[in-house]
Amino acid sequence: MSAVLRNPPLPPMQESPGLWALAWRRMRQDTVGMVSLVIVAIFLAMMAGSYTGLIAKDWNKEKGVSYANPAFLAGAENLEARSMAAKDATAKAPPVDLSDIDPLAPRYKEWEERAARIAVTETKRAEVLPFGGDKWGRDVLQKAIKGSQISIFVGLSAALLATFIGTMLGAAAGYWGGWANDVLEWVYNVFTSIPYILLILAFAAVATATGKFGKGIVPIVLILSLTGWTGIYRLMRAEYIKHSNREYVKAAQAIGASNWSRMFIHILPNVSHVALVQLSQHVVGFIKAEVILSFLGFGVPVDMVSWGTMLAEAQNELVIGKWWQLFAAGASMAILVTAFSLLTDSMRDALDPKLK
Amino acid sequence: MTAYVLRRLWQIIPTIAGVILLIFFLFNWVGGDPAMVLAGKISNPEQIANIRRQLGIDEPYWYQLWVFVKQVFTFDFGRSWSTNEEVSRILITRVGPTLTIMIPVLIITTSLAVVFSIMVAYVRGTLTDRMIMIVCTVAMSVSFLVYIIVFQWLFGFILGWFPVQGWSESFGKNLGYYAPLPIMLAVFVGLAPELRLYRSFFLDEINQDYVRTARAKGVPEKSVMLKHVLRNAMIPILTNVGIALPGIFVGSFLLEVFFSIPGLGREIITAVNRSDFPVIKAVTVYLAVITMFINLLVDVMYKVVDPRVSFK
Repeated sequence: MSAVLRNPPLPPMQESPGLWALAWRRMRQDTVGMVSLVIVAIFLAMMAGSYTGLIAKDWNKEKGVSYANPAFLAGAENLEARSMAAKDATAKAPPVDLSDIDPLAPRYKEWEERAARIAVTETKRAEVLPFGGDKWGRDVLQKAIKGSQISIFVGLSAALLATFIGTMLGAAAGYWGGWANDVLEWVYNVFTSIPYILLILAFAAVATATGKFGKGIVPIVLILSLTGWTGIYRLMRAEYIKHSNREYVKAAQAIGASNWSRMFIHILPNVSHVALVQLSQHVVGFIKAEVILSFLGFGVPVDMVSWGTMLAEAQNELVIGKWWQLFAAGASMAILVTAFSLLTDSMRDALDPKLK
Repeated sequence: MTAYVLRRLWQIIPTIAGVILLIFFLFNWVGGDPAMVLAGKISNPEQIANIRRQLGIDEPYWYQLWVFVKQVFTFDFGRSWSTNEEVSRILITRVGPTLTIMIPVLIITTSLAVVFSIMVAYVRGTLTDRMIMIVCTVAMSVSFLVYIIVFQWLFGFILGWFPVQGWSESFGKNLGYYAPLPIMLAVFVGLAPELRLYRSFFLDEINQDYVRTARAKGVPEKSVMLKHVLRNAMIPILTNVGIALPGIFVGSFLLEVFFSIPGLGREIITAVNRSDFPVIKAVTVYLAVITMFINLLVDVMYKVVDPRVSFK
């Protein structure tokens, strides 16, 4: 009699966590990182909300008096609004009577009747807005939200494009080596030998003069990404050189994976965390650059609002004591940039624990 | 050593050629016909025709490139499109004010950052250290623009300690009267990122074996920091100063714009505003060349500072 020996039941398979799962686990223990993540998420949600028109839709409406006071300063004197109101009052006063010499005098009555038939709605301008008003009485809070949308969007899309360019070129140089590497290294040397700010301004000069870079925010995104890819290229090239000789890539070659598939299906996922940290670092840098370029008038067009255009208006406002626009733009930018930099740091620590 | 310098000089040639090609591509090929760019900016059609003839717009591209290369090597970029001033004169007269601001900024910022960061590195890990690092991170996130606007308003307009803006003919008055506020601003803003960076350089050195050896044989902490650590940390610090060095020629264009300092930075901004291509082209090409030579100089300086560095 032979007893059939049964295999003992296998212990349940434990899935080994991947790089991203591990990184997420490490990151969750980092309080500073998680708080910054929440702040950045709030800003991104605000950007989405303002883009779809859920919030800050009527940022361009002149709702308040000129330089309306913020709600917490409701009682303060507003000289500018008063002088504007005085000007309006003189405009409404009856004009000097010229009827004895004016040949058109007999038609005055007819015109008055016609004018009376046209309904004129006079909007009551608010004396106080939640965070004050600008020169035209627009709500500063809504402007700041709309400005965040444009500034963050420019920073994000420029960083995405720069990361894409840098990764593609870095992959080509690092994977192929040889003449591809030589040519790309030459291009890299050329771009980095020109001081960065001059390179940006040279691109901006051509973009503003010819309009060949497109309309709206497209030029500024192109300027920032076409000049800002070099650092990412250099890092990705180093990663590709390191990885292209590893065993898993050789194994992929042995089973007949094409060059393309080795570059982007096998290697890219293994180096993408480097690209992610770079992307995040460049968002911060590009947001700062956008603010300065828009301030100088080479950034977003005049019919849009960004933190940079708000600061450009704020310079003159500060002299007459209207500080709220400067504060709104400066503070929202500072909060986002701090949170984003801290998030980048904790992301880097989480993704590469050896680095510490 | 000589062989190294010669090889580096030899390597500069293709890079200069590349810079010339890039600028040519950008301004002559993408930029296109100056008649289109200047339409509405210069009303005199004769002047535009003159500019087109100088650039050889109706000739093939290789001829235009040749014109550009000749301009670079003869230091003759013609005249500015907007002011008709000679471009080489513009460059020479604008460098002075920029350096008047930027050289003090570089010296003061670097020395303050070294002193503060060695102090912070000494108290590493304590509450003071962490507070200073947090303050630095927050200070770095506020836009330079906000600092300039607020400082100019506060110290120039409200308190009246410094002139709001301006520049004069005399160097002494510039340095003593007009320059202090812009210099102070640039130092204040530049300090936070450098302090953070230099602190990490010092911390790298403090964890080295030779520091432990020095402590073990009873060297007092003060001379460990000031003799052993400082001298070794100076190498990455010098690299960093070397990287920043070419930047002093562009200066802080924002400061020059706000304080109306007639320097190179403001000149470039004005040139971009007026589509004054010759000025931008000249500044870009020459600053790229200066950058390359400064980088070479810094690399040679390494050998002087650190005998362990060998020229490959």
